[in-house]
Order: sequence, then structure tokens, then C-alpha cells
Amino acid sequence: MSRAVPSDASRVVVHVPRDSAARSVGADEVAAAIEHAAVAAGRDVTVVRTGTRGMLWLEPLVEVTTEAGRVGYGPVTADEVDGLVAAGLLDGAGPSLGLVDELTWLRRQRRVTFARVGIVDPLDADDYLAHGGLRGLRRALTMAPELVVEEVVGSGLRGRGGAGFPAGIKWRTVAGADAEQKYVCANADEGDSGTFADRAVLEGDPFQLLEGMTIAGLAVGATQGFVYVRSEYPDAVATLGAAVDIARGRGWLGPDVLGSGRSFDVEVRVGAGAYICGEETAMLESLEGRRGMVRAKPPIPALQGLFGMPTVVNNVLTLCAVTSVLADGAEAYAALGVGRSRGTQVFQLGGNVARGGIVETAFGATIDELVNGFGGGTASGRPVRAVQIGGPLGAYLPVDHFDLPMDYEALAEAGAMLGHGGVVVFDDSVDMARQARFAMEFCAAESCGKCTPCRLGAVRGVEVIDRVLAGDDPDGNLALLEDLCEVMTDGSLCAMGGLTPMPVRSAVAGFTEDFHDRAGRGLLPVVPLTQNRTESS
Amino acid sequence: MRQAGSGVTGEERVRAIVAEHRTRPGPLLPVLHALQHEFGRIDAAAVRTVADELNLSRADVHGVVSFYSDFRSDPVEAVHVRVCRGEACQALGAEQLYDAATDAAGGDVSVEQVFCFGNCALGPTVEVNGRLRGRTGPQDLAAAIAAARTAS
Repeated sequence: MSRAVPSDASRVVVHVPRDSAARSVGADEVAAAIEHAAVAAGRDVTVVRTGTRGMLWLEPLVEVTTEAGRVGYGPVTADEVDGLVAAGLLDGAGPSLGLVDELTWLRRQRRVTFARVGIVDPLDADDYLAHGGLRGLRRALTMAPELVVEEVVGSGLRGRGGAGFPAGIKWRTVAGADAEQKYVCANADEGDSGTFADRAVLEGDPFQLLEGMTIAGLAVGATQGFVYVRSEYPDAVATLGAAVDIARGRGWLGPDVLGSGRSFDVEVRVGAGAYICGEETAMLESLEGRRGMVRAKPPIPALQGLFGMPTVVNNVLTLCAVTSVLADGAEAYAALGVGRSRGTQVFQLGGNVARGGIVETAFGATIDELVNGFGGGTASGRPVRAVQIGGPLGAYLPVDHFDLPMDYEALAEAGAMLGHGGVVVFDDSVDMARQARFAMEFCAAESCGKCTPCRLGAVRGVEVIDRVLAGDDPDGNLALLEDLCEVMTDGSLCAMGGLTPMPVRSAVAGFTEDFHDRAGRGLLPVVPLTQNRTESS
Repeated sequence: MRQAGSGVTGEERVRAIVAEHRTRPGPLLPVLHALQHEFGRIDAAAVRTVADELNLSRADVHGVVSFYSDFRSDPVEAVHVRVCRGEACQALGAEQLYDAATDAAGGDVSVEQVFCFGNCALGPTVEVNGRLRGRTGPQDLAAAIAAARTAS
């Protein structure tokens, strides 16, 4: 059999995500099958592994570059590849989704932080530059450090980790502190269930985080950065580590950042399976080599943070947003959003949802637009009953709250919080009493143990809910539960114990029926969830 | 507790690993990760050696080892299953998956719960011997365990 040697003009570029979510449903096998099928067909094909476009229900999503743009196919299984290639996949023909950029789900978004994710090769530095990379850092290097800080203040950017504190104000504090050494710490300990945007950007556009950290370092006078990535994200750790090496080789990091004579470097650190290390002071303790025990504040980390030095601690998405603020100016960024919630927010749709993934839009979208519009309702096809917003410490909301806009203030007013932007959908089979119990159980498992309301309150909370579920004086025990929630909210040292009552109280308030007459309504008894976490002997 | 100095870890090797990381600021977690990776566990002898090398008390090192679920004093079995029990996976039946996993535990299979792999739109999610699998029902898990057993 003879095979024509393809010329460069006939080379086909195919994109297959290397994102861990895509890999979890077979993206590696699909990529290999495409290479195999291309050889069999005598075609010259380059398979480029990208991040995810965020349309996770379409993963593995294969994109074929054509003159009109990238044509998408998905979800594709490895078994289907030969058939798709025979149908013309390598020429953009056959049963496709059409041009990926034209898909409504993407067109209705405003991608700023995720502009490159899913499009570029995450570890191709030239691809990063070709798609607007380093514009923010280059501009920052032309400005006085205090003007960089004021630019971030002026953008109205608030911390995307959950607390929503204005990033620029934090930077101003660190910049104003007098110290020999300062640090920038990127919090990539994205432990909230239902959130995966940090992971997607670390795996899909790691240079963006490094650029944002460098801007922060230049602005506040820090020369060393750390990224604290959770160990449950091995792909993110590997991609980021490789990106740091490449950035050093390019002179983007190191003793002479972009030839400016100024120094900034980044080290990647890996967590070890402790949710609490997403709390900033616990993260600092962990970075210093200790148990992830929460510190009392004050002193705030901006003044006494890592190793006692002034430290910027920002979430991954906050630092990524900084690159856009500097590239296009504070006004352009602040022009997006509503009220005191400026810029874009990265929402993550997960759980029992038909079209889960990453939705980056200006603030102000309602829950309904996210869950039913983007999300398409439940994956099971049953009615939506509840959403949990903002992770394990966030509120459960029933559908009659779905007209709420997703911004910091509107949610706070409703007794909920935006957190890191995770939205987890549940269908009508959910037992909300069980979810309330889980919130307490999770707190008991993950509490650092430093303060009593959290350490003991969570354990007592499980017990009180168990009594309610057993039909033992439900009204009396629910009153006791409310008292306990009040103590935890007001008396805990950090958000772990302080916010665990939020899912509990919201479940009781919004889904009261699940806490009463369970036997009569055919609800299963709650089986105690056994703990098998490894305890050291 | 395992017998100290049983040779499982190799004291010289532990000292060499510490030496690789000791100049880093706050070296303890990187050291423990390296030990966990190389030996599959961190035993009492290793704790003593690390404490000695880093000028910490054994209590300090033991306290860190026991705080973090990634650091184990006993190794996992040949097939190690980690099941996500976060809310997003719960919404898709993670509890049934966890029950199936614990039913399969024993012999050469060990099971651990994890709170979130960041795969929340493609749950339920498990990890079998380091490989992440989304959209996994109890039957898929059984197949994955069988495949891992064959490969190991």
C-alpha cells in the first residue's frame, strides 16, 4: 500500500482537551484514536491538546480547524472516531455541532478570564502571546507600582475566593507595609464541591495566573510568589509546574522580569487533602510546614502573613482578572457588572444538571438563567428542586428564589452567598434533611479543631439533626439546632464553622417538609455516614 | 504502630530526601509528599528521622502527618479507590457509588472518601489507582476495579 506524503497545506489541526474533566470521560483515548485514524487515512494531522471550553457535557469535545473556524464534535467516544473520520471529520464535515464559537452557550457569555481557555495550547508560550498574553504585565512595567495598585482599586475587582474583599485595598495595605520580604500567595486550594474554575484555568491557561501574580508582586514590592494547589488536582499541579519552568526560560519570571531589572519568581506548592487549607491563614500555616490550623485575625495576612511578612493572598481567578484590568484599564473592567459587583464572574454549573460547565458573564445573571438557561435543567430530566450556591458552606435555595441575580449583595440579602461561584443542582429526589446533616458532618470531618464552636458544634449538629430525623421532638430539636447554628455563626474563628450553619438553616427554612413526618412521606431513614479518613496510629 | 527502624523506609534515603528540600522555605510538606510518594507511607521511623533532620520535635512532625489525609502511616492496597462524596456528586448518586466501593473493599482493594476532584459537571466521580473517571455508576466502578487489578 502506498501513501502520499501530505504537504503542509494539507495538514489538519485537531484540538482535543487535556483538561482532567475531559480526560475523566476518555479524551486521551479519543486523541489517540484520532492520531491512529489519521495515519490509517494517510492524512497529516496534528492533535493539539488544549484546556476545556467549559462545555463539559460535550466532553470529549473534538475541534477541527477549518477555513471557517473550528468545527466541533462531541461528546465523542474513542469507538466513534473511525466512523467520524470516515464521515469527513478531518475536513470539518459529518455530524458536527457546527462552529464552536457560534454555539449559543458560548456566545451568550462574556469571556475575560476564560478567553484563552480551550483555545490555546496551555504550555505554548507563543500561543499565549498570540492571544493577548503579557499585555497586562507589559503595561504594569511602564507604571509606578502605586499606580498599578490604584488601577486595581479603580477596577472595583473583588476577591473571587468567596469573601469578596476589594483586591486593590488589600494590595494597598501590603504595598504600604515596610518589610524586607513580601510575598504573593495564590490560593488554588479550590476545595468547594461544585467549583472547578481554578482547576480549569490552571490546566487551560496557567501563564495567566503567573502573569497576574507577577503584576501583584511588582505592585506591592514582593519578589516571591507561591501557588498553593490542592493535591486532588494532579493535572493542574503538573501543568502549572511546567508553565513556571517555561516562564523562567522565557524571562517572564526570575531575576529580571521581561528585562525590567525587577525580580519575581513563583514556586508551586501542593496541599495534602485538607479542605480547611482553602482558608487563607490555614493555607499560610500549611505553606510554612505546619498543620492547617486557622490563625486568629488580626493581624491580617496583608501585614503579617507568610513567615510573618506582608502577604497578598488572592484567589486564582482574582489574580487572573488582574491581567485584564491592567491590559485594558480599570474603566473597561468596571464597565462590566452591576452595583458593587464589577467585572465578570465565573459561574460553575455542576451536580444534576443537563449542561454543566463554566459560564463567565458580567454579574447580574439570575439563578434561573444559569440553571435553566445555560444548564438546561437537570441531567435526570426530573424537576429541579434545589440549588446550592457557593460550595459546601453555601445556602440551599428552592426554585422560588430563582429570580435572584447572582451578585454579592443580592445573594447576601437573601441569606445566601456567591462564594466561589459554584452552583450545584439537585432534582426532586433530594432529601434536604440529609443534605443539612451532611453539611454538619463535612464540618466535623474538615474542621481544623482550633475553635470550640466549629470543632464541637459540628458533631453536636449531626446528633441534633439525627434526633429530628428520628422523629424525636422535631420542633424542640429544630429550635436547639437553630441555637447551635447561632453559636457557630457568631463564635467560630473562620468561615468553616461560621458558615456551616448557612446550608443547614437554609435547608430547614426552604425545605421544612423534609424535616417533619419523614416516615409518613416515605423518606428513607438517614443512614449514618461512616468516616474512613485515614487516621494516623 | 510499626516497629521503628524496621528498614521499610531506609533511614539514609529519608535523609537524602530531606536534603533535597531543606533549603526551601517551609520544607516539611514537600518533604512529606516526597516520602509518601516514594514509600507509600510515612512510618514512625521516618517521622523520627525527618524531625531530627529539620530540627523539629517528633510531635511537630507527627502532628502534621496526622492532620493531612494524604499522609498515611499504612500503605494503600494494590487497587486504591477514591470516591468523591461532595455535594455535586451526591446530586448524581455518589452515596450509592460509595456504598458499592465499600462493599468491594477488602483484600487487595482499599477505599477512601474524597471531597471533590473538581469534576463536578461530570459526576459521580471516582479515582482508581490515580486515574480519574467521570460519569461512573456502580457497574462502571466494578469494571474499573477489575481493570486495575489486571494491570497491577
